[in-house]
Amino acid sequence: MLAILVILGLITADLRYNRLETTRSLLATLGTPVYWVADLPLRLRDWSDKYLHSPLSLAEENERLHRANLILQGRSQQMASLQAENVRLRALLNSSALLRDDVLVAELIGVSPDPVRHQLVINKGLADGVFVGQPLIDADGLMGQIVEVSAISSRALLITDATHSIPVQVNRNGVRAIAEGTGSLGALEIRHVSATTDIELGDLLVTSGLGGRFPEGYPVAVVTEIERDPGRAFARVVARPSAALDRSRHVLLVFSTQDRRGN
Amino acid sequence: MQGYWVILLSFFVAGVLAVLPMPQWLQWVRPEWVALCLIYWVIALPHRVGILTALLLGMGLDILEGAMLGQNAFALVVVALLCLILYQRLRVFSLWQQAGTVFVLVGVNQLVCQWVQNLQGIGAPSLLFLLPAVSSALLWPLVLHLLRELRRQYAVA
Repeated sequence: MLAILVILGLITADLRYNRLETTRSLLATLGTPVYWVADLPLRLRDWSDKYLHSPLSLAEENERLHRANLILQGRSQQMASLQAENVRLRALLNSSALLRDDVLVAELIGVSPDPVRHQLVINKGLADGVFVGQPLIDADGLMGQIVEVSAISSRALLITDATHSIPVQVNRNGVRAIAEGTGSLGALEIRHVSATTDIELGDLLVTSGLGGRFPEGYPVAVVTEIERDPGRAFARVVARPSAALDRSRHVLLVFSTQDRRGN
Repeated sequence: MQGYWVILLSFFVAGVLAVLPMPQWLQWVRPEWVALCLIYWVIALPHRVGILTALLLGMGLDILEGAMLGQNAFALVVVALLCLILYQRLRVFSLWQQAGTVFVLVGVNQLVCQWVQNLQGIGAPSLLFLLPAVSSALLWPLVLHLLRELRRQYAVA
């Protein structure tokens, strides 16, 4: 009887009032070792991938990385001058300068065991300056945001979770929209796009920076499906997330300059 | 209080198994390891493991899964309560009768979890959420033998 009362109290407190943030954060710190142990087999495989190699395959990989590095360096040569130009032009337009964001590399130590929750556990927490609402990206695009921080780990909600939505804009023409998670890892749904909106298959959606949570310009998804049904008020637009949501092991936490100023 | 650590250790292992990364297609089948473990200990030692253990265990599992605090606690308390009522009968059941009961118990566990998740607006889209009951029932003989051996080995009482 008492137990039932305690449970009802907990559920109400968590569901209606979000009162348990600090308690959760404390308890989550205690739960981290479990995730660490559960991650051991993968860690072992990573280790063997890293150290148990033939010299030949190492040499091959080295060469491949050299080539990739050369291409990236080539692309970034003009970056400095372009950035300076961008700052000058923005100054001419009287808009605030875009500043580069700092990132922190984190490693995945767990995924949510519940198929209806798209969450990740990463190995950075309060001690590294992680905060609730912090954007999380991987090499290809935006992954999600931090929803719970403990001392040494934190939990991130992916953009595909059914409870997540994110303001985006079409990279090609700046059309703004809201991308909602669908609960399936491979699809986002763009809500409330009128049938006449200029949006096409293959359009890249990037964060719009509206809402103040995600910094502007990170790739979010690519439009894969458009259905314009005259019988409905809005077109149905589905997009595939750019980030490798189910594969990335290393992720980046973004510290925007605004956050720094805010703190 | 002999061999208390064996119980704790088995729950810890069950917790690890509950969050162990699994391939996408196996996601819905993951057995409810913690519930299985709890069912065994309640049947074996009803005077030691009961509602309070289930409550604390459930809260721990909620934290691990990132679920709403109280979801698994509620489900596991209900399971423990049913076990406490049924343990005398369960002990004399044959293995497959027990497995059948475990199917129902874990099914109840899943239903309660589903109910709380629906409050939160993230209910499962189909009846797939009942699959863990099947996989748990199939794994029951294994869990039973393993934990029974452990209990006898370390004379947990």
